[in-house]
Amino acid sequence: MFSIKTKNISKAYKDVKALKNINLNVKEGEIFGLIGPDGAGKTTLFRILTTLILPDKGRAFVKGYDVVKKYKKIRKIVGYMPGKFSLYQDLSVEENLNFFASIFNTTVSENYETIKDIYSQLEPFKKRLAGRLSGGMKQKLALSCALVHKPEILFLDEPTTGVDAVSRKEFWDILNKIKNTGISIFVSTPYMEEAGLCDRVAFIQKGEILTVDTPKNIKSNFHDTLAAVKADNMYKLITDLRALKAVQAVFRFGKSIHLSFDINVINPDEILSYLKSKEHNNISIKKIDPNMEDCFMKLMKD
Amino acid sequence: MKGFLIKEFRHIFRDFRLMLILFGMPVVQVLLFGFAITNDIKNAPIAILDNSKDYLTQKITDKILSSDYFILKKNLNTNNEIGDYFKDGSVKEVIIFGNNFAENFLKNKNANIQIITDASEPNTARLLIVYTNSIINDFQQKQLSSSLEINNFVSSGKLLKPVILTTEFKMLYNPELKSVFMFVPGIIAILLMLICAMMTSMSIAKEKELGTMEILLVSPLKPVQIIAGKVLPYVLLSFINIITILLISYFVFKMPVQGSVFLLLSESILFIIMSLSLGIFISTVSNTQQTAMFISFIGLLLPTILLSGFVFPIENMPLILQYLSNIMPSKWFIIIIKSIMLKGVGINYIWKETLIIIFMTAFFIVLSVKKFKIRLE
Repeated sequence: MFSIKTKNISKAYKDVKALKNINLNVKEGEIFGLIGPDGAGKTTLFRILTTLILPDKGRAFVKGYDVVKKYKKIRKIVGYMPGKFSLYQDLSVEENLNFFASIFNTTVSENYETIKDIYSQLEPFKKRLAGRLSGGMKQKLALSCALVHKPEILFLDEPTTGVDAVSRKEFWDILNKIKNTGISIFVSTPYMEEAGLCDRVAFIQKGEILTVDTPKNIKSNFHDTLAAVKADNMYKLITDLRALKAVQAVFRFGKSIHLSFDINVINPDEILSYLKSKEHNNISIKKIDPNMEDCFMKLMKD
Repeated sequence: MKGFLIKEFRHIFRDFRLMLILFGMPVVQVLLFGFAITNDIKNAPIAILDNSKDYLTQKITDKILSSDYFILKKNLNTNNEIGDYFKDGSVKEVIIFGNNFAENFLKNKNANIQIITDASEPNTARLLIVYTNSIINDFQQKQLSSSLEINNFVSSGKLLKPVILTTEFKMLYNPELKSVFMFVPGIIAILLMLICAMMTSMSIAKEKELGTMEILLVSPLKPVQIIAGKVLPYVLLSFINIITILLISYFVFKMPVQGSVFLLLSESILFIIMSLSLGIFISTVSNTQQTAMFISFIGLLLPTILLSGFVFPIENMPLILQYLSNIMPSKWFIIIIKSIMLKGVGINYIWKETLIIIFMTAFFIVLSVKKFKIRLE
């Protein structure tokens, strides 16, 4: 059985097509990542799956329940953490948690085991108002609130946006622990490096799913050769590299330029001499393994 | 449900500004309208130019000054002084008695009193004249009837009885014409409208704005529970407000409650529910607190003040506005509380107005439950 199943889900806002024929199958007990840039349609898909909006076309099932007809059933078994940490800023950590437990007709002590790992980090601050928490702590509190009723499936819409790197790392560790208790997790993120932490990912771009696979398979399907290129004049470097034949993609990645090319047509030495002829200084070309962003950029181009 | 109510009360009690509006405003408004914004004449400074200085003018002067309305600033001696006192604004009215006043009054039945007022404040001037006039008329009546009695006794009907036509005034329900009696019902209506409609619509809109509404929707909570949780705290707080207003108006302004307090409070609760359902309706059409506030303010508060008969009498409005005033719930509520508080009537006199409010309540409840979305958008 799939914990989430969608068939040809489409949704448009006026003349903007937010989702086009989305077909997804999320397995029981996996962390499924929905990866894509802002405006790709991630939140729209989340809202359809959490019964907050209706799809224009297609059907979707969460834990076997139809999101349109059986919305009441779904609302009992999902834990949902919306895009912004939706907490009551004027209530304390403890009060927020108690409130969200109460609306699911349960108590914090009843499900303490489920949230123990996360909440134990928050407990020293339980009297503090949620509005005065740091970003990382707000995120943990929001997750605790989404978990407090022991849901069967968790929907986390961009849970790590606006949170520092350390907290993000911690957060993913927590998600893995939650997964091990048998809860399926459907998570979205704009950060490519987080995609590698999911069991399976779907790349979404302009309302369309580009691919669905495990991070490992996605990387191994990257057949081009990839190199990180550096030189003094980065701007000129990009234009010059783009002019080369047999180059699939050129894009800036941090301090270097990622260049994917067909090694059968051109080799790194030839590229080096080409760049020298274009009067570049301090050139370095290093072959690298593709990361998720490289794969996504390639998929976007195809 | 209990958890929801606790949360709502915490929101309210932790918001200092909200608390100030909730509990400070009623007190300030009643006191403000009661003391400062008043149409009553009290201790108006006057001057008297008495050209006769006889026992009758003295009697009339005493009578005028013994009322609370006037206070004597100056006894004038010549006509020339009058202008000066008006110009520097130290007096609002000058009363001038003609020459040989008592003699003229008794012999010729024609004595002259002139009243001059400062009409740069037209309302005050008009009221001053009415007040002075009624005191003088009252005096005249008593003088005539006592002199007639004496005449009748002495000459046993030989004299022709003079025919005197008099109009007698009787101010019912508010004999002292206190304007606070007019304002209190209006303030109750406005405050309930404001607190109930504005606060509930804003508090629901706030959940939408913060995104917490999404979580509430994705939970087993029913729309009715969400609405009830939002509404109940305000029912309680508004009820406390009514009692505060009534206590202030009773103890500070001596405004009586002639009718049944129970009926008054029940009608108030009805009006509270009506305002709350209006608030919920507003929240279903607004997604931000600002919109909710704007709609409540422009759409409710201003029409309530202007069209409910609270400030401007409905009878004097253009016909179209008179019709429009009928859809103002507060118009009917003001009629109801005025009738109960001042006239002391029972439900049999105000059932029509009550029924209108019940209909309006039902209308808005049905409308807002229908419009309250179980989903976003």
